[in-house]
Amino acid sequence: MSLAAAGPLKAATVRPSREDVAMRLGVVALAAILLTMVGLPLWALLAKGFQDHEGRFVGLANYAAYFATPALFNSALNSFEVAAISTLIVVPLAFLYAYALTRAVLPARWLFQGISLIPIFAPSLLPGIALIYLFGTQGFFKALVGGQIYGMKGIVIAQVFYCFPHAVLILTTALRTADARLYEAADALGASKLRVFLTVTLPGAKYGVISAAMVVFTLVITDFGVAKVIGGNFNVLATDVYKQVIGQQNFSMGAVVGMVLLLPAALAFTVDRLVQRRQVALLTARAVPLVPKPKLARDAFFTVFCVVVSVGILSIIGMAAWGSLIKYWPYNLSLTWANYRFEAFDANGWDSYFNSIRMALWAATAGTVLVFVGAWLTEKTRGFGAMRGVVQLLAFLPMAVPGLVLGLGYIFFFNAPSNPLNFLYATMAILVINTVGHFYTVGHLTATTALKQIDPEFEAVSASLKVPVWRTFLRVTVPICLPVILDIAIYLFVNAMTTVSSVIFLYSPDTKLASVAALNIEEAGTTAAAAALCVVIVLTSAAVKGLHLLADRFLFDRLQAWRRR
Amino acid sequence: MTMANWTRRALWAGVAAAALAATPALAQKTKLTVYTALENDQLDPFKKAFEADNPTIEIAWVRDSTGVVAAKLMAEKDNPRADIIWGLAASNVGLMASQGMLEPYTPAGAAALKPLFRSGKTPDTWVGMDAYLSVVCFNTAEAAKAKKPKPESWADLAKPDYKDSIVMPNPASSGTGYLTVAAWLHVMGEEAGWKFMDALHQNIAQYIHSGSAPCVQAAKGERLIGIGLDTRGASEKTKGAPLELIVPKEGLGWELEATAIVKGTKNLAAAKKLADWATTKKANELYAKTYPIVALAGVANAPPNYPADIEKAMVKIDVEWMAKNRDRILAEWTKRYDGKSAPKK
Repeated sequence: MSLAAAGPLKAATVRPSREDVAMRLGVVALAAILLTMVGLPLWALLAKGFQDHEGRFVGLANYAAYFATPALFNSALNSFEVAAISTLIVVPLAFLYAYALTRAVLPARWLFQGISLIPIFAPSLLPGIALIYLFGTQGFFKALVGGQIYGMKGIVIAQVFYCFPHAVLILTTALRTADARLYEAADALGASKLRVFLTVTLPGAKYGVISAAMVVFTLVITDFGVAKVIGGNFNVLATDVYKQVIGQQNFSMGAVVGMVLLLPAALAFTVDRLVQRRQVALLTARAVPLVPKPKLARDAFFTVFCVVVSVGILSIIGMAAWGSLIKYWPYNLSLTWANYRFEAFDANGWDSYFNSIRMALWAATAGTVLVFVGAWLTEKTRGFGAMRGVVQLLAFLPMAVPGLVLGLGYIFFFNAPSNPLNFLYATMAILVINTVGHFYTVGHLTATTALKQIDPEFEAVSASLKVPVWRTFLRVTVPICLPVILDIAIYLFVNAMTTVSSVIFLYSPDTKLASVAALNIEEAGTTAAAAALCVVIVLTSAAVKGLHLLADRFLFDRLQAWRRR
Repeated sequence: MTMANWTRRALWAGVAAAALAATPALAQKTKLTVYTALENDQLDPFKKAFEADNPTIEIAWVRDSTGVVAAKLMAEKDNPRADIIWGLAASNVGLMASQGMLEPYTPAGAAALKPLFRSGKTPDTWVGMDAYLSVVCFNTAEAAKAKKPKPESWADLAKPDYKDSIVMPNPASSGTGYLTVAAWLHVMGEEAGWKFMDALHQNIAQYIHSGSAPCVQAAKGERLIGIGLDTRGASEKTKGAPLELIVPKEGLGWELEATAIVKGTKNLAAAKKLADWATTKKANELYAKTYPIVALAGVANAPPNYPADIEKAMVKIDVEWMAKNRDRILAEWTKRYDGKSAPKK
C-alpha cells in the first residue's frame, strides 16, 4: 500500500465517518446473510456428529468410532493423493492456457477462451459417462489406458477435465490485469525473458496461482459425483460421506466425515490469508494495461498448446454427444433422436429443463449482486478487521463442503419448525439460495482478486474530492470490474445448471431440476438419455457463454477502452 | 325498502351463495405429497389410476432413489413434509416405524395380502406392495467371446473362472447389496457365508454404490456378470441386451416395497384413501407390470424376460433379523472387503 493511501486510512480508524459506519453495517449484514446461507445449515448437520441416532449428546464417541476403523486412513490418504495429483496437473496446465489467453496473440482467442470453459458447463455425470464410452471395458480407446479406467486413473482424468475451467477462470483474472510499464522497464533494462517471468509475471499472478491450487484441491477432495461413477473400488472421503448418508442414513457418521473434509479447507484458508497479506495492487491509477504484441515463435507454441488442450476437452464432450444418439451401446450403434424425448424417461420431461433455466437466471442475477457487493464491502471497508475475517471465512467455507452435507444441513436448518425462514422450504427460492451459497467461494475469490488489483488511490482521491464511496463504486469500480462481474454471473449460471449433490434433497414436485433428472435417468440405466440431457445442459450454457463473449467483444470493448493507450 | 333494492339484494345473495357453493368444490381437491422410490415410468400410470378412482385427491410425487428419499424422510423427522410413502424399501420404512415416525393404520384390503407383506403389528405400521430380488445377470455375448461357462449357483461365482469379472452393489451404500449379503449369511450360515465371500472377493471387479447398476453394467458388456436388482436386468434384456437372468439354486435375497402413512400429516383422510387403494387388486395389477411378486395372492403377471417361478427361490429370511444385524454385518464386511483395506491376493 502506498503512503498516500495509508495516510487517510489511519485517520479513519480513529474516528469512523458516517460512510465507514454504513459500510461496516453492510459487512455485518453480509455476515448475517452468509451465516444463514452457509454457516448455520452446515452447523445443523455437523452438530449431528456429536449425537447418537436418537439425538443424545455423546461427545466425541462417533469420532472415536470412526477413527478406529482402518478405512478412514485409507480414504483420507486416497483423497489426498488424488487431489494432489489433480492439482499438480491442472494448475500448470491452466496457467499455460491462461497465459496464452492473456499474454500471447492467438488466432480466434475468443474461441479458445470459450472452449476452456466447456467442462464447467457439463454436469459431473458427463465426464464419467464419456470416459466409460471412451476407455471403459467396451470403450473405443481402452488400449490407451491399459484397459482399466475405473479407479484412480479415471478419477484423475475426470477431475482434471472438471477442474480445469475453475483454474483457468481464476488465473485469467490474475494474469489479465498487468501493468505494461513494468514490462517496458524490464525490456529497457535488458532483463532476460526468464527473469521477467520470474520477477514480474509470476509474483503478479502468485495470488491467483495459489487461489487456483486451493480451489482445485478442495474441489477434488469434496466431489463425490466423479468418484461414484468412475472410482471403482477406490475409496475417497467424499464417497464415504455418500455411503453413510445415502447408503445407511447415518447422519452422525456422515457429519463426522464431513467435518474431516473441512480440514483441508481450513488449511487452504490459512494459506490463502497468509499470501493475501503480501498481495499489492497491480493496477495503480497510473497503470498501463499490457497488450501483447505478436511474436511468432511464442504465438505458434501457445496456439499449438491451446489446440491440443481444446481437442482433449472437445473429444470428451463429443463422445457424450455421440453416445446420446446411440440406440443401445455397445450392441446396437445405430443412431436415433429418441433419447432426447425426455418425457419417456422422466415424469417431468422437459419441465425440469425450464426449471433449471429459471433457477440459473435467479442465481446469476441475485447471486452476482451479493457476491460482488459483498467482496467490495470486505475489501474496501476500512478497519473492522475481525468482522471482515469472519466474512472471509464464511465465504471460503462452502467450497470445502460436499454438496450432500450442505443439502442435508439445509433440510435440518430450513425445515425446523422453529425457523422463521421455514416458509422457504420446498420452493424455488431455497434452490437459488442453496446454489449461490454452495458456489459462493470462486465468485468471491474472483471478485476479490480483481478488486485487489485496483489501486486504493481511486478511493483516496474520491474521498478527498468528497465523492460518496457508493458513487465511486458505481462510477469507477463497477465499470472497471464489469468483465469480472459478468464472469461471476456466468459462473453462477452454469453451476446452477449442473449442480446436483446439494439440491437433490431440496427440490419439490414443481421445481425438479434438469441436473437431478439426468442423474435419475442415469440411475435408471438409460445412460444415453442421461447423456442427452447433459448435452442439452452443455449447449444451453455454451449459448449463454457465447452471448457473453459477443457482448464482451462489441459492447465492453468500448467500456474498457480507457485502459488502452 | 323498495322493490328494486330488494331485488338487487336477492341477486347479490344469490351470487354470494353460488360463490360459496363453488369454493368448497375447488378446495376439496386435496394435494397429497407422496414420497417414493418407484421407477420413473411407473409414476404416471399409478397417479392416473388412483386419481381416476379418487377424483378429489391429487398426487404430487417426490421421487428419487431409495437412499435419497430415505435420507430426506429421516432428515425431515422434526417437521415432516410427506403425507404418505408409496414405494420405499420395507427396511427403511421399518426403521421409521421403530422411531415412531409412522401413523399406524390397517388399510381396508390388508387382510387379503400375503402375510409376508404385512408389518405384523395391529394396526399395521406399513404394508408391502411387491418384492424385488437380487439375481445374477449374465452377459451371454461377452461369455461366448471369452468362453466362460454359465454359472448355476452362488458357489459357482466363487470359482477362479470369473476372476475380476463380477460386479455387485456395495452393501454399505446400497440396500440391494445388503440384502444380498444378508441372504448369503442366512442360507450358508455365518462361517461358511464369510468364507464364500472371501473367495468371491477375488472375482469382484467392483463393489458399486447402486443396486441397479450391476445388471446395467452386465447388460452393456462393461462386466461379464452383475449381481443386482432383478427388474433392471429384465428391462435391459427387453431393450435388447444379450443378458440372461440366473436364479442361483441356493436361493435369492429379497426386499419389499412398502406403503406407510407419515405421522403428522395434515391430510390424514386422503392419505388413508391412498393406503386403502394401494392394497386393491387394481393397484396390485399395476405393481405386477414391473414386479413378478406382489402382495395380493392370485395377481401374477410376470414382466417380460423374467425367470419363471422366481417366488419359490426367495430365501426364508426374517426382515427383522436383517434390520437388527445390519450394523454388525456391515462393520464386518467393511473390515474385510472395502477398498484397499483388503488387498486382493
